[in-house]
Amino acid sequence: MVKTILLAFNMLAVAVPALAQIDLAGHWAARAHEDWEERGPGPEVVDYLGLPINEEARSRALAYSTSAFSLPERQCLYYAPHYNVIGPFGLEIWADTDPNSGRVVSWNIGAFIDKAVNTIWMDGRPHPGPNALRTFSGFTTGQWEGNTLVAYTTHYKEAYLRRNGVPTSDQASMTMYITRHGDMLTVLEVIEDPVYLTEPFLVSRNYQLDPAANMTRVPAPCVPEAELPQLKGEGRVPHYLPGRNPFVNEMTQRYNLPTEAVLGGADTMYPEYKKKLESYQPPAICVRYCCGWGGAPPGRTAPNVDCITGGSGKINEQ
Amino acid sequence: MRAAPLIVALGLTVAPIAAQTRGDAAPQTPPAAKTARAAAPTDVTGYWVSLITEDWRWRMVMPARGDYQSVPLTAEAKRVADGWNPAKDEAAGEQCRAYGAAGIMRMPTRLHVTWADEETLKVEADAGTQTRLLHFGAWKGGGRPSWQGDSAATWELPRRAEGGAQPADSVSKAGTLKVVTANMRPGYLRQNGLPYSGKAKLTEYWDFHGGRNGEQFLVVSTIVEDPQYLQTPWMTSPNFKREPDGSKWDPSPCRTSR
Repeated sequence: MVKTILLAFNMLAVAVPALAQIDLAGHWAARAHEDWEERGPGPEVVDYLGLPINEEARSRALAYSTSAFSLPERQCLYYAPHYNVIGPFGLEIWADTDPNSGRVVSWNIGAFIDKAVNTIWMDGRPHPGPNALRTFSGFTTGQWEGNTLVAYTTHYKEAYLRRNGVPTSDQASMTMYITRHGDMLTVLEVIEDPVYLTEPFLVSRNYQLDPAANMTRVPAPCVPEAELPQLKGEGRVPHYLPGRNPFVNEMTQRYNLPTEAVLGGADTMYPEYKKKLESYQPPAICVRYCCGWGGAPPGRTAPNVDCITGGSGKINEQ
Repeated sequence: MRAAPLIVALGLTVAPIAAQTRGDAAPQTPPAAKTARAAAPTDVTGYWVSLITEDWRWRMVMPARGDYQSVPLTAEAKRVADGWNPAKDEAAGEQCRAYGAAGIMRMPTRLHVTWADEETLKVEADAGTQTRLLHFGAWKGGGRPSWQGDSAATWELPRRAEGGAQPADSVSKAGTLKVVTANMRPGYLRQNGLPYSGKAKLTEYWDFHGGRNGEQFLVVSTIVEDPQYLQTPWMTSPNFKREPDGSKWDPSPCRTSR
């Protein structure tokens, strides 16, 4: 019997590494400690800071009007898979396993109200051909590299890189690096797009394991409605003609930032860009979203700024 | 003969369960005889440039006074930040407050990573001309607090598919460099005076990833804990890309403006 037990333990010792992988399953709550404004209330209308976009992307972004989403046929368009981390939500992750072998066939990242489920196939299946159908979720395969799940997504529809109209094309791809450190999950996305980006765009986020987080695996039903009566039946798509976007100078007026920087480009990502900002002077006081961490009680925070509902700030004129 | 089904059942049942780890499982310890440098699973030395694609307005330029966005400051911290006085810092010789260990990695900067000795990884930042020393092994910190504090480093090696030591054949498979830093002088999380105290603790997980086009990326998952000035741990993840050489290395002094 002793020999049997020893043999059993030996089998365990051998078997564990053979299938070793990190368990990613669970409710991962978002920690909006980076890009809070972009993920929460949304970016400024013309804010392309730090985006490696080309001129074509810039032109399309400047033609964008958020009112376009009021068109019934556009209200239920999902965001792209890279919205996993660009969006404000936490991640619910689960595995689907083969009932016979117990092996993981796919990892899945749950849907948001405006994003489809992201299924990461782990069974070695190939990506579709170049002309295959583009979908909201795209097609994703994954493999473990060390302790990191590396997932590669292609075949997703044209979408937005930032929620102010900066586009990604249907030729874009995304590589996700999902790494767990105890109860913290870090997801790095490397987004490439030969049509609109001159360099890969990197964005990463942290999440905390929270079994009590309330998440759903499927998106809520979307029912389009005519939100702007003047658009109904006209066939008009809200947009700005070239050179007519009225918000181009808004960040310059609000934050003293040069318009050249606001319009983005790969050079704005790198430290040497600071040399172009030598003369920069910040606003004297915070003028927007100034009340610090969400949920802070109303009250004075920054000098001459009062909190108002939602964490925004308003200047106290007195 | 009854033993055989028992063995098979144990093997089939327990293996898949045990194989799932939380990501914080005890790291496989390199052979004791090796120095930290010799035991490093991959070569992380060289030049790395920060990519300011997140929080641009709070990192590339000086945010406005009172702009605390994204940082879970306590009421006391906000009061301190509201009283931020860069001229006073300058006069007191404290112009490096935003360049301490809890702030430097989010600065627009380049890093130059080298081995200072067999047990110490040196990380220089050209922003503020700062040097962090990441100590492996049995090193004990102490002494006077400093901007960069005392950093203890370990490798968390991946669990292998087939047992044995981990000779990583790519940077992605190297595992994680974990760095815990304490004993820091009070400094700023951001240039506009958001404070961290001398009680702050910094935990970093340095993960190295290979890109599809041969690039190498570094993500530093960072947790700042401060019982005095933070309501909750502040979690960020600055991104870096490896550069082929130091041709763009551009040391600059600490500044309290811009």
